[in-house]
Amino acid sequence: MLGLTLPKLTAAMPPPDPAKIARQFIEAIPFSKALSMSLDEIGDGRAVISMPYNEQLVGDPVTGVIHGGAVSALMDTCGGAAVMSHPDMPVATATIDLRIDYMRAAKPGQRIRTEASCYHVTRSVAFVRATAWDEDTERPVASATGAFTFQRATPKGGKP
Amino acid sequence: MKRHEPVQVVKTRRDALLGRLVGAVPYVGFLGVTIDRRGDELTAVLPFDPKLVGNPALQALHGGATASFLEVTSIIELSWASLWADLEAGHIDPETDTLPPLPKTIDFTVDYLRSGLPRDAYARARINRSGRRYASVHVEAWQDNRTRLFAQATGHFLMPAKDDPKDGPGD
Repeated sequence: MLGLTLPKLTAAMPPPDPAKIARQFIEAIPFSKALSMSLDEIGDGRAVISMPYNEQLVGDPVTGVIHGGAVSALMDTCGGAAVMSHPDMPVATATIDLRIDYMRAAKPGQRIRTEASCYHVTRSVAFVRATAWDEDTERPVASATGAFTFQRATPKGGKP
Repeated sequence: MKRHEPVQVVKTRRDALLGRLVGAVPYVGFLGVTIDRRGDELTAVLPFDPKLVGNPALQALHGGATASFLEVTSIIELSWASLWADLEAGHIDPETDTLPPLPKTIDFTVDYLRSGLPRDAYARARINRSGRRYASVHVEAWQDNRTRLFAQATGHFLMPAKDDPKDGPGD
Protein backbone atom coordinates (compact mmCIF):
# COMPACT_ATOMS: atom_id res chain seq x y z
CA MET A 1 0.00 0.00 0.00
CA LEU A 2 1.38 3.35 -0.98
CA GLY A 3 0.92 6.11 1.54
CA LEU A 4 2.53 9.43 0.89
CA THR A 5 3.17 11.99 3.53
CA LEU A 6 4.80 14.73 1.54
CA PRO A 7 1.82 16.96 0.84
CA LYS A 8 3.70 20.25 0.57
CA LEU A 9 3.95 19.91 -3.19
CA THR A 10 1.10 22.24 -3.93
CA ALA A 11 0.65 23.91 -0.56
CA ALA A 12 4.01 25.57 -0.19
CA MET A 13 4.42 29.26 -0.92
CA PRO A 14 6.46 30.89 -2.25
CA PRO A 15 6.97 28.08 -4.76
CA PRO A 16 10.26 26.29 -4.03
CA ASP A 17 12.45 24.64 -6.65
CA PRO A 18 10.12 22.08 -8.34
CA ALA A 19 12.96 19.83 -9.49
CA LYS A 20 14.27 19.59 -5.95
CA ILE A 21 10.85 18.76 -4.57
CA ALA A 22 10.32 16.17 -7.26
CA ARG A 23 13.59 14.50 -6.36
CA GLN A 24 12.79 14.56 -2.64
CA PHE A 25 9.35 13.13 -3.35
CA ILE A 26 10.82 10.00 -4.95
CA GLU A 27 13.78 9.68 -2.62
CA ALA A 28 11.43 9.60 0.34
CA ILE A 29 9.91 6.37 -1.06
CA PRO A 30 12.55 3.63 -0.65
CA PHE A 31 11.07 1.18 -3.19
CA SER A 32 10.72 3.90 -5.84
CA LYS A 33 14.30 4.93 -5.16
CA ALA A 34 15.43 1.28 -5.43
CA LEU A 35 13.88 1.21 -8.92
CA SER A 36 15.57 4.56 -9.78
CA MET A 37 12.27 6.27 -10.56
CA SER A 38 12.29 9.95 -11.38
CA LEU A 39 9.36 12.32 -11.09
CA ASP A 40 9.38 14.24 -14.36
CA GLU A 41 6.17 16.29 -14.14
CA ILE A 42 3.54 16.83 -11.47
CA GLY A 43 0.60 19.13 -10.79
CA ASP A 44 -3.15 19.49 -11.01
CA GLY A 45 -3.92 15.81 -10.46
CA ARG A 46 -1.48 14.59 -13.08
CA ALA A 47 2.00 13.08 -12.77
CA VAL A 48 4.70 11.70 -15.06
CA ILE A 49 7.25 9.28 -13.61
CA SER A 50 9.89 7.33 -15.49
CA MET A 51 12.29 4.51 -14.73
CA PRO A 52 15.48 3.43 -16.54
CA TYR A 53 16.03 -0.09 -17.86
CA ASN A 54 17.81 -2.18 -15.25
CA GLU A 55 18.94 -5.80 -15.67
CA GLN A 56 18.01 -6.53 -12.05
CA LEU A 57 14.35 -5.91 -12.93
CA VAL A 58 14.23 -8.46 -15.75
CA GLY A 59 11.32 -10.90 -15.56
CA ASP A 60 12.14 -13.04 -18.57
CA PRO A 61 15.82 -13.95 -18.77
CA VAL A 62 15.50 -15.21 -22.35
CA THR A 63 14.17 -11.93 -23.78
CA GLY A 64 15.52 -9.47 -21.19
CA VAL A 65 12.07 -7.91 -20.78
CA ILE A 66 11.36 -6.04 -17.52
CA HIS A 67 9.05 -7.88 -15.10
CA GLY A 68 5.41 -6.73 -15.04
CA GLY A 69 5.70 -6.22 -11.30
CA ALA A 70 8.25 -3.45 -11.80
CA VAL A 71 5.90 -1.74 -14.25
CA SER A 72 3.11 -2.12 -11.64
CA ALA A 73 5.31 -0.41 -9.07
CA LEU A 74 5.93 2.47 -11.47
CA MET A 75 2.23 2.89 -12.23
CA ASP A 76 1.25 2.65 -8.56
CA THR A 77 3.76 5.33 -7.58
CA CYS A 78 2.66 7.56 -10.46
CA GLY A 79 -1.01 7.10 -9.52
CA GLY A 80 -0.28 8.06 -5.92
CA ALA A 81 1.69 11.13 -7.05
CA ALA A 82 -1.19 12.23 -9.31
CA VAL A 83 -3.62 11.95 -6.38
CA MET A 84 -1.33 13.94 -4.07
CA SER A 85 -1.12 16.74 -6.63
CA HIS A 86 -4.90 17.12 -6.92
CA PRO A 87 -6.03 20.74 -6.35
CA ASP A 88 -8.10 19.62 -3.34
CA MET A 89 -4.76 18.87 -1.64
CA PRO A 90 -5.20 15.54 0.16
CA VAL A 91 -2.93 14.94 3.16
CA ALA A 92 -2.30 11.28 2.33
CA THR A 93 -3.29 8.55 -0.10
CA ALA A 94 -3.06 4.76 -0.35
CA THR A 95 -3.91 2.38 -3.17
CA ILE A 96 -7.25 0.58 -2.79
CA ASP A 97 -6.96 -1.39 -6.00
CA LEU A 98 -5.03 -1.28 -9.23
CA ARG A 99 -5.63 -3.18 -12.45
CA ILE A 100 -2.94 -3.31 -15.07
CA ASP A 101 -3.36 -4.45 -18.66
CA TYR A 102 -0.11 -5.46 -20.31
CA MET A 103 -0.44 -4.61 -23.97
CA ARG A 104 3.05 -5.54 -25.12
CA ALA A 105 6.53 -6.26 -23.79
CA ALA A 106 8.62 -3.17 -23.09
CA LYS A 107 11.71 -3.09 -25.32
CA PRO A 108 14.81 -4.16 -23.35
CA GLY A 109 17.23 -1.28 -22.79
CA GLN A 110 14.60 1.43 -23.03
CA ARG A 111 13.34 3.78 -20.33
CA ILE A 112 9.69 3.27 -19.25
CA ARG A 113 7.59 6.38 -18.74
CA THR A 114 4.19 6.51 -17.06
CA GLU A 115 1.60 9.25 -17.05
CA ALA A 116 -1.21 9.08 -14.48
CA SER A 117 -4.20 11.32 -14.06
CA CYS A 118 -6.66 11.55 -11.27
CA TYR A 119 -9.85 12.03 -13.30
CA HIS A 120 -12.37 12.15 -10.46
CA VAL A 121 -12.36 12.55 -6.70
CA THR A 122 -15.11 12.11 -4.16
CA ARG A 123 -14.93 13.04 -0.47
CA SER A 124 -12.75 10.02 0.23
CA VAL A 125 -11.83 8.26 -3.02
CA ALA A 126 -9.71 9.22 -6.02
CA PHE A 127 -10.08 7.48 -9.39
CA VAL A 128 -6.96 7.22 -11.50
CA ARG A 129 -6.01 6.19 -15.01
CA ALA A 130 -2.45 5.59 -16.12
CA THR A 131 -0.57 4.65 -19.28
CA ALA A 132 3.01 3.46 -19.72
CA TRP A 133 5.27 3.70 -22.79
CA ASP A 134 8.82 2.82 -23.69
CA GLU A 135 10.62 4.99 -26.27
CA ASP A 136 7.92 4.19 -28.83
CA THR A 137 5.30 6.69 -27.70
CA GLU A 138 2.80 5.56 -30.33
CA ARG A 139 2.16 2.16 -28.77
CA PRO A 140 1.61 1.94 -25.01
CA VAL A 141 3.25 -0.87 -23.06
CA ALA A 142 0.58 -1.02 -20.38
CA SER A 143 -2.45 0.80 -19.06
CA ALA A 144 -3.90 0.87 -15.59
CA THR A 145 -6.93 2.02 -13.67
CA GLY A 146 -7.12 2.27 -9.93
CA ALA A 147 -8.92 3.62 -6.89
CA PHE A 148 -6.94 5.39 -4.18
CA THR A 149 -7.94 6.67 -0.77
CA PHE A 150 -8.29 10.47 -0.67
CA GLN A 151 -7.60 11.67 2.84
CA ARG A 152 -8.61 15.29 3.27
CA ALA A 153 -7.30 17.56 5.96
CA THR A 154 -9.79 17.88 8.83
CA PRO A 155 -11.42 21.34 8.58
CA LYS A 156 -10.76 23.52 11.61
CA GLY A 157 -13.47 23.08 14.22
CA GLY A 158 -15.46 20.82 11.95
CA LYS A 159 -15.99 17.15 11.38
CA PRO A 160 -13.92 15.57 8.60
CA MET B 1 7.62 -42.96 -12.99
CA LYS B 2 9.49 -45.59 -11.04
CA ARG B 3 7.51 -47.16 -8.23
CA HIS B 4 9.64 -46.88 -5.13
CA GLU B 5 12.08 -44.14 -5.81
CA PRO B 6 14.28 -43.15 -2.87
CA VAL B 7 12.82 -40.05 -1.25
CA GLN B 8 16.03 -38.12 -1.80
CA VAL B 9 15.87 -38.72 -5.56
CA VAL B 10 12.33 -37.36 -5.63
CA LYS B 11 13.22 -34.30 -3.57
CA THR B 12 16.35 -33.56 -5.57
CA ARG B 13 14.41 -33.70 -8.84
CA ARG B 14 11.65 -31.38 -7.59
CA ASP B 15 14.00 -28.93 -5.92
CA ALA B 16 16.19 -28.81 -9.02
CA LEU B 17 13.26 -27.71 -11.17
CA LEU B 18 12.04 -25.20 -8.62
CA GLY B 19 15.54 -23.84 -8.19
CA ARG B 20 15.82 -23.25 -11.92
CA LEU B 21 12.41 -21.56 -12.16
CA VAL B 22 13.25 -19.21 -9.29
CA GLY B 23 16.93 -18.70 -10.00
CA ALA B 24 16.50 -17.76 -13.64
CA VAL B 25 14.51 -14.58 -13.00
CA PRO B 26 16.61 -11.57 -11.93
CA TYR B 27 13.60 -9.65 -10.54
CA VAL B 28 12.83 -12.52 -8.12
CA GLY B 29 16.35 -12.12 -6.72
CA PHE B 30 16.03 -8.33 -6.63
CA LEU B 31 12.91 -8.63 -4.46
CA GLY B 32 14.52 -11.36 -2.34
CA VAL B 33 11.64 -13.81 -2.90
CA THR B 34 12.25 -17.45 -1.96
CA ILE B 35 9.92 -20.45 -2.32
CA ASP B 36 9.00 -23.07 0.28
CA ARG B 37 7.84 -26.37 -1.22
CA ARG B 38 5.79 -29.07 0.47
CA GLY B 39 5.09 -31.76 -2.14
CA ASP B 40 3.67 -29.80 -5.05
CA GLU B 41 2.41 -26.93 -2.86
CA LEU B 42 4.41 -23.73 -3.09
CA THR B 43 4.51 -20.83 -0.63
CA ALA B 44 6.39 -17.74 -1.71
CA VAL B 45 8.22 -15.79 0.98
CA LEU B 46 9.11 -12.09 0.76
CA PRO B 47 11.53 -11.36 3.62
CA PHE B 48 11.19 -7.79 4.86
CA ASP B 49 13.80 -5.44 3.43
CA PRO B 50 13.87 -1.65 4.04
CA LYS B 51 14.11 -1.06 0.28
CA LEU B 52 10.56 -2.50 -0.15
CA VAL B 53 8.99 0.31 1.88
CA GLY B 54 6.51 2.72 0.26
CA ASN B 55 5.68 4.86 3.27
CA PRO B 56 8.66 5.61 5.51
CA ALA B 57 6.49 7.08 8.27
CA LEU B 58 4.54 3.83 8.64
CA GLN B 59 7.33 1.55 7.34
CA ALA B 60 4.56 0.06 5.17
CA LEU B 61 5.40 -2.07 2.14
CA HIS B 62 5.13 -0.25 -1.19
CA GLY B 63 2.04 -1.23 -3.19
CA GLY B 64 4.36 -1.95 -6.11
CA ALA B 65 6.46 -4.33 -4.00
CA THR B 66 3.30 -6.14 -2.94
CA ALA B 67 2.01 -6.27 -6.53
CA SER B 68 5.37 -7.57 -7.72
CA PHE B 69 5.42 -10.26 -5.04
CA LEU B 70 1.93 -11.42 -6.03
CA GLU B 71 2.72 -11.46 -9.74
CA VAL B 72 6.01 -13.31 -9.24
CA THR B 73 4.20 -15.90 -7.09
CA SER B 74 1.52 -16.40 -9.77
CA ILE B 75 4.03 -16.90 -12.58
CA ILE B 76 6.17 -19.36 -10.61
CA GLU B 77 3.08 -21.36 -9.59
CA LEU B 78 1.85 -21.49 -13.20
CA SER B 79 5.21 -22.61 -14.57
CA TRP B 80 5.62 -25.15 -11.78
CA ALA B 81 2.13 -26.60 -12.23
CA SER B 82 2.50 -26.81 -16.00
CA LEU B 83 5.77 -28.78 -15.70
CA TRP B 84 4.84 -30.98 -12.73
CA ALA B 85 3.28 -33.89 -14.63
CA ASP B 86 6.17 -34.12 -17.11
CA LEU B 87 8.68 -33.82 -14.28
CA GLU B 88 7.13 -36.65 -12.31
CA ALA B 89 6.73 -38.83 -15.40
CA GLY B 90 10.43 -38.45 -16.10
CA HIS B 91 9.83 -36.63 -19.41
CA ILE B 92 11.98 -33.66 -18.45
CA ASP B 93 15.38 -33.54 -16.85
CA PRO B 94 15.27 -30.59 -14.47
CA GLU B 95 19.06 -30.26 -14.48
CA THR B 96 19.76 -30.05 -18.19
CA ASP B 97 16.61 -29.63 -20.30
CA THR B 98 15.73 -26.25 -21.74
CA LEU B 99 12.61 -25.10 -19.95
CA PRO B 100 9.65 -23.66 -21.88
CA PRO B 101 9.16 -19.86 -21.94
CA LEU B 102 7.45 -18.31 -18.92
CA PRO B 103 3.73 -17.46 -18.99
CA LYS B 104 3.05 -13.85 -20.01
CA THR B 105 0.82 -11.61 -17.90
CA ILE B 106 -2.25 -10.36 -19.78
CA ASP B 107 -3.71 -8.39 -16.89
CA PHE B 108 -3.29 -8.28 -13.13
CA THR B 109 -5.63 -6.73 -10.56
CA VAL B 110 -4.41 -6.15 -7.03
CA ASP B 111 -6.72 -5.59 -4.12
CA TYR B 112 -4.94 -3.87 -1.20
CA LEU B 113 -6.76 -4.99 1.92
CA ARG B 114 -4.56 -3.52 4.63
CA SER B 115 -1.17 -1.94 5.02
CA GLY B 116 1.79 -4.28 4.52
CA LEU B 117 3.75 -4.31 7.78
CA PRO B 118 7.54 -4.25 8.07
CA ARG B 119 7.80 -8.02 8.38
CA ASP B 120 8.04 -11.08 6.15
CA ALA B 121 5.13 -11.73 3.82
CA TYR B 122 3.88 -15.00 2.38
CA ALA B 123 1.81 -15.79 -0.70
CA ARG B 124 0.11 -18.74 -2.31
CA ALA B 125 -1.40 -18.84 -5.77
CA ARG B 126 -4.33 -20.97 -6.89
CA ILE B 127 -4.87 -21.74 -10.54
CA ASN B 128 -8.58 -21.45 -11.16
CA ARG B 129 -8.42 -22.31 -14.80
CA SER B 130 -5.59 -23.39 -17.00
CA GLY B 131 -6.35 -24.05 -20.62
CA ARG B 132 -3.99 -24.59 -23.51
CA ARG B 133 -3.47 -20.87 -24.05
CA TYR B 134 -5.03 -18.93 -21.16
CA ALA B 135 -4.86 -19.29 -17.41
CA SER B 136 -6.64 -17.51 -14.58
CA VAL B 137 -4.88 -17.31 -11.22
CA HIS B 138 -5.90 -16.02 -7.80
CA VAL B 139 -3.17 -15.23 -5.30
CA GLU B 140 -3.34 -14.31 -1.63
CA ALA B 141 -0.72 -12.69 0.61
CA TRP B 142 -0.57 -12.51 4.37
CA GLN B 143 1.91 -11.73 7.11
CA ASP B 144 1.31 -12.86 10.67
CA ASN B 145 -2.05 -14.59 10.25
CA ARG B 146 -2.98 -16.78 7.33
CA THR B 147 -6.61 -15.66 7.57
CA ARG B 148 -5.83 -11.93 7.69
CA LEU B 149 -4.81 -11.24 4.10
CA PHE B 150 -3.09 -7.93 3.41
CA ALA B 151 -3.45 -8.23 -0.35
CA GLN B 152 -4.96 -10.48 -2.99
CA ALA B 153 -4.90 -10.43 -6.75
CA THR B 154 -6.39 -12.05 -9.83
CA GLY B 155 -4.44 -12.30 -13.04
CA HIS B 156 -4.80 -13.71 -16.52
CA PHE B 157 -1.84 -15.22 -18.28
CA LEU B 158 -0.91 -16.38 -21.75
CA MET B 159 0.67 -19.83 -21.54
CA PRO B 160 3.60 -20.76 -23.80
CA ALA B 161 2.59 -22.85 -26.79
CA LYS B 162 3.56 -26.48 -26.26
CA ASP B 163 5.68 -27.69 -29.17
CA ASP B 164 3.52 -30.71 -29.72
CA PRO B 165 3.94 -31.93 -33.31
CA LYS B 166 0.19 -32.64 -33.48
CA ASP B 167 -0.49 -28.92 -33.08
CA GLY B 168 -1.05 -27.04 -36.26
CA PRO B 169 0.38 -23.56 -36.75
CA GLY B 170 -1.60 -20.67 -35.35
CA ASP B 171 -3.41 -22.90 -32.90
